[in-house]
Amino acid sequence: MADLRTNFAGIRSPNPFWLASAPPTNSGAQIHRAFEAGWGGAVWKTIGAPVLNVSNRYGSWRYGTEKMLAINNVELISDRPMEVNLREIAEVKRAWPDRAVIVSAMVESKPTAWHDVIRRIQDTGADGIELNYGCPHGMSERGMGSAVGQVPEYCEEITGWVMDVAKIPVIVKLTPNISDIVMPARAAVAAKANAISLINTINSIMGVDLETLDITPSIAGRGGHGGYAGPAVKPIALNMLAALGRDSVVHGSGLPISGMGGISTWRDAAEFLLLGASSLQVCTAVMHYGFRIIEDLCDGLSNWMDAKEFATIPDVIGQSLTQVSDFKDFDLSFKAVARIDQQKCIRCDLCYVACNDAAHQCIDLIDKQGRVIAPAAYDPSSNGRIDAVSTRPSVVVREPDCVGCRLCFNICPVENCIQMVEVAPEQPSVTWDELTAKQPEVAEDWDQMERYRQKMGIRIH
Amino acid sequence: MSEIPSVTLAGSALQELLPPLSEQEAVTESARCLMCFDAPCTHACPTHIDIPRFIKKISTGNLLGSARTILESNLLGATCARVCPVQELCEGACVLGSEHKPIAIGRLQRHAMDYVYGRKIDVFRAGKSISKKVAVVGAGAAGLSCAGELAKLGVSVTLYEKRELPGGLSTYGIIVLREPVEVALAEAEMIQRLGAMLEVGKDVGVNPPISELQKNFDAVFIGVGLGNSPQLGIPGEEYVLDGLEYIEQSKLQPAQLHVGRDVIVIGAGNTAIDCATVARRLGAERVTMLYRRTEKEMTAYPHEYAFVKLEGVTVSFLSQPVKVHHEGGVVKALECVRITLGEKDASGRAAPKEIPGSNVLLPADQIVKAIGQNKLSLAAGLDLKTDKGFIRVDSNFETSARGIFAGGDCIRARGSASTVMAVQDGKLAARAIYKRLINHG
Repeated sequence: MADLRTNFAGIRSPNPFWLASAPPTNSGAQIHRAFEAGWGGAVWKTIGAPVLNVSNRYGSWRYGTEKMLAINNVELISDRPMEVNLREIAEVKRAWPDRAVIVSAMVESKPTAWHDVIRRIQDTGADGIELNYGCPHGMSERGMGSAVGQVPEYCEEITGWVMDVAKIPVIVKLTPNISDIVMPARAAVAAKANAISLINTINSIMGVDLETLDITPSIAGRGGHGGYAGPAVKPIALNMLAALGRDSVVHGSGLPISGMGGISTWRDAAEFLLLGASSLQVCTAVMHYGFRIIEDLCDGLSNWMDAKEFATIPDVIGQSLTQVSDFKDFDLSFKAVARIDQQKCIRCDLCYVACNDAAHQCIDLIDKQGRVIAPAAYDPSSNGRIDAVSTRPSVVVREPDCVGCRLCFNICPVENCIQMVEVAPEQPSVTWDELTAKQPEVAEDWDQMERYRQKMGIRIH
Repeated sequence: MSEIPSVTLAGSALQELLPPLSEQEAVTESARCLMCFDAPCTHACPTHIDIPRFIKKISTGNLLGSARTILESNLLGATCARVCPVQELCEGACVLGSEHKPIAIGRLQRHAMDYVYGRKIDVFRAGKSISKKVAVVGAGAAGLSCAGELAKLGVSVTLYEKRELPGGLSTYGIIVLREPVEVALAEAEMIQRLGAMLEVGKDVGVNPPISELQKNFDAVFIGVGLGNSPQLGIPGEEYVLDGLEYIEQSKLQPAQLHVGRDVIVIGAGNTAIDCATVARRLGAERVTMLYRRTEKEMTAYPHEYAFVKLEGVTVSFLSQPVKVHHEGGVVKALECVRITLGEKDASGRAAPKEIPGSNVLLPADQIVKAIGQNKLSLAAGLDLKTDKGFIRVDSNFETSARGIFAGGDCIRARGSASTVMAVQDGKLAARAIYKRLINHG
């Protein structure tokens, strides 16, 4: 059984799964139950400036039968008095010495306010502090949250105030609502923070009610942007995580990164680890299914690590980071084609229509006599199960014409029915960078490109 | 006019078997549909409804569009949603059927149809008049479909119906478990609102004579269906009930239907199964179907046979009735003889041969026969060419008499007759008639 123990900037936890700073970590009673369920740590819901909340705080993106492909919220930081939060933090930490208790904080952008809150948090015995520079709604209108996170200079300055008094590890939490995630991360490095976490929620409007024409969710007829999270944001989070891992300043600093954004299953968790996260934070999946999901997060991750012969979490961290590249470094000669397993194919023809309408028209309908036929070529007087099934054509890829776009693979409803098969390259291996270093003219002139293609035998479909 | 039950016999033994899908069930089920391209379900449907399209519309909450998609191909979509043998048609061809559960296409179609009928939404309007008149004889599935399609195209249509109510077998001959009377009548009303004029109690050929229709209309469509069960030709046959009449009474006067305690149904087709089902549901202690061949040859759909077995009906195969025993008209027993199957006969099925001396008496206090339907005499009266007694038509559904078209069970010389095939006939005939009318001034 794999060792899931985690040491993140000196913060230890029995597994890498922490509850993110959010509604599931609103109170000591909740976190007690979460720890009983097996969570490795919890980032306390942000404490700081006084706030008042509204009703209809959460919106959900329902997609097909998926009830919550994504959630958004206009809930603010903790609306419970700071004294109450601090007392409960101390109680939880005392009861759970082996778990990570991290406190998220956000106060007015004044050195005294930050000094005060950091000292009070440290007095609770908490293991670490997370600086909330990400909240995209409400708090940002008051100059806090993402209003800080979007300006690297503010990040650096405020983190500096925190580091003046901090005696426990400080994690800077980044907002994704910025054009280059690397900039605020570098600011955290410059301010000598101990770690980084990302991503906070994304600006979003969840939708419009087609009956009332109100924004959803409606707050007395008004609505607006809220923080977007859940399974749908995972690819965005992974990209930002990888961007930090590939930045020489951030990566070179050695600061650990706590990854979050749509982690719902152990599979998601493993991907975050592979792209460089060394602890993992979860919120939306818990809001959907409760604390109990920790069981399979740990069990599944552990079984996968055993199967892959990863003994410890550090063995996994960043293993896929080296594969992240830019387009210019991709091998232009690599060729893969789609191949359809006729035994597995259920003849839904979704690959046919996708290829024909939206890709490169290289899938044919082949009748029982081996002829290429048009869709709906059957005799309209034929009907019934037997006619329909027995005359159904096969879908066959014309491999010489397949550009390997992978659209059919993505939409096929049958697992492993369409495979992308690597075929022998038709040209010597070359990247765009290598090619244009030697022959810059192909990037500047279509005629030169045409000559190059003819010379190399590259056919465009 | 017969008394029409005002409710769908809710709560009774005969109420519609499948409940409607709830909104959530329909959305969940529709979301399972893969949206196959050039879908096999659409091919399998005799009216070629664009099934993925109507199902997708259910999943997006566009129920009006869904209903229109169905009705564009099949004006009797509400009936077909209930009575179609979907296992042999759309659902049988569903690509999810082989390893998973096929999409419940019939029930989704019913969901979309219930939406428009429940809200009294008319999806179509009559077309702009082309100043042509067509007579449609018989207001069953074929006739209603033909009449509706013609009305959509702006043709003035008069429907002549022999019975008191329109709908044909949907009204009179399909048990309520599958289709309540109201559904059939609502469809006929929809066709009338499209502009088709309905005249009931008109036995064309008698009153009015067909010559009158030929004189007063630009074309005639015949969709008269078939008649009652043929004769068994056995002593005591006068005490045997006709299966279609038995079902009719169960639909229109269920309270008056007398059901025996020990019922024998002669026949093993879908109507026989319906009769047996009605008898069981209305209190018969023992219901036996009698068939002179074996399970392999029976014409009932496999899923119907599976259903009736669950209803507690037994089937006695290789048995042929030879005499009804009665006391003063009160049925006591049916005498049967055992059968052995011989060489294939003209129908391609093994010919039954009686085993001499194998006679047995099966006790019964009610005997119902459902052994097919007689051809009606209208074709003979018109001197139309026929094929095994069925009216012969060309690929445009035109009979041997120019200007007289026909469709539905009365032309179904080959293959099994069904409501949905009749709807398709009526639709295609309407298009052929329309083309004739506009091309020949």
